[in-house]
Amino acid sequence: MSASTVIFYIIASVIIGGGILAVTSRKIFRAAVFLLFSLIGIASLYFYLNYEFLAAVQIVVYVGGIVVLIIFSIFLTHASGDEMKKPVLWRAVFSALAAAFATALTLLYINEHNFTATANATVAPTVKNIGLQMLSTTQHGYILPFEVVSMLLLAALIGCIVIAIKIKTKE
Amino acid sequence: MHTWLKNAIPNATGLLITEMVITGVILLVFLILLAFFLGYMERKVAAFMEIRLGPNRVGPKGTLQIVADTLKLLFKEGFTPDAADKFLFNLAPGIIITTALLAIAPVAFARDFQIWDINIGVLYISSVSSMAVIGILMAGWSSSNKYSLIGAMRSGAQIVSYELSIGLSLISIVILSGSLSLNDIVESQANGWWILKGHIPVVIAFVIFIIASTAEINRAPFDLVEADQELTGGFNTEYAGMKFAMFLMAEYINLFVVSAVAATIFLGGWMPFHLGNLTGFNHIMDFIPSSIWFFGKTFFIIFIIMQFRWTFPRLRIDQLLNLEWKYLLPISMVNVLLATLMAIMGWHF
Repeated sequence: MSASTVIFYIIASVIIGGGILAVTSRKIFRAAVFLLFSLIGIASLYFYLNYEFLAAVQIVVYVGGIVVLIIFSIFLTHASGDEMKKPVLWRAVFSALAAAFATALTLLYINEHNFTATANATVAPTVKNIGLQMLSTTQHGYILPFEVVSMLLLAALIGCIVIAIKIKTKE
Repeated sequence: MHTWLKNAIPNATGLLITEMVITGVILLVFLILLAFFLGYMERKVAAFMEIRLGPNRVGPKGTLQIVADTLKLLFKEGFTPDAADKFLFNLAPGIIITTALLAIAPVAFARDFQIWDINIGVLYISSVSSMAVIGILMAGWSSSNKYSLIGAMRSGAQIVSYELSIGLSLISIVILSGSLSLNDIVESQANGWWILKGHIPVVIAFVIFIIASTAEINRAPFDLVEADQELTGGFNTEYAGMKFAMFLMAEYINLFVVSAVAATIFLGGWMPFHLGNLTGFNHIMDFIPSSIWFFGKTFFIIFIIMQFRWTFPRLRIDQLLNLEWKYLLPISMVNVLLATLMAIMGWHF
């Protein structure tokens, strides 16, 4: 087993272990921290694959953004430090079944799919190439989804402002 | 170095482990010495600003004072409060110091001397430093102390908002140099540092970066996180002994990283002071080793940030958020546009 394989298994065990602990922990803040480990593990998997841009974006968006948001909302909820009640048995059983079936389905598809190398020339995943591809208007460019997403984000931002704005009442 | 080791150790796994150990040991020793030195420097700068002498009893000129302090912290009891979430309470200092260490990886200390030449260095540093807030929130929450929690909440709001300004001020240099790699950015300053050849937008970006990064590392005048009059010590109130020392060390490492990034991006990193095409002058400047240039610039910025602490009064939380959202962020957005215009028109030298 080479060093690279060892590192891969370490990363994989961090991702899976973090995920399992996140759903089994009964303290909600701890669950958020385990989710954080799992997400950092995924980012390090991208680093391991030399896909640095995606890894950095994963950290910025998920670790720096979403987990912080989750932690903040946990802070603002009532009694966040208490242990949660034990889940009802049938609910736990069905969740486990759902997870098991999803894993089985994914494994089945991966087994049936034979990975063939593409005939196209490989493109280095540099930031420049990603940016050009994102904004190109040619046949395989992503300008339309990019702009649609930006419109969606703008709408969400305006919505947040409308909800949060304080209207001054006359005295 | 790599080739030399490769000859000595034929096995790939052994080679990797040896290299990891060597890098890790060098880095840790360097950072411990750095934290010692910055601790000493901070006390001396504070004394200088307040016209007193500072530490002067232990060792020559008080240089061993910080060693004595460390020994004192080592002998203290590493106390964990009863009501605390023990697992997270003990994990938090580790998380904070790990994020501080991760951010140092792509920094180029001298010519061809870098731990990790990653091609998205700037993005990597800003993404890793966004993880620091989680350690602080964890420490504040798991102490189960209302003052710690308030301190952590403040810190969260502060770091999340000031990250935006830092990112935008870095982007303006990324636009001008056309690369996210710290090495390319340094190379692009071979005919003059960005702060000199970039006109007003770069100067504005530099000032915003210094302000915002002072806030990001929770130093005065933005140290509401540990405002001792109101919060008795903020998120690290319940920590003692070496765990507290780790917070202190992380603060100094962060200070160093922020200053090193500012020196690299705006002041040319290890690049000597070059002026346009004056080859004679440039050649004389090349005789000064690149590491001296790098550390000189970095410590100059550290010195500036340390002086802030004794110059400005602490901001209130609403003033802090107003400063970011109403002034710094709009200014830096306009500034990015200006920098883009400059890069397109080729107005910089």
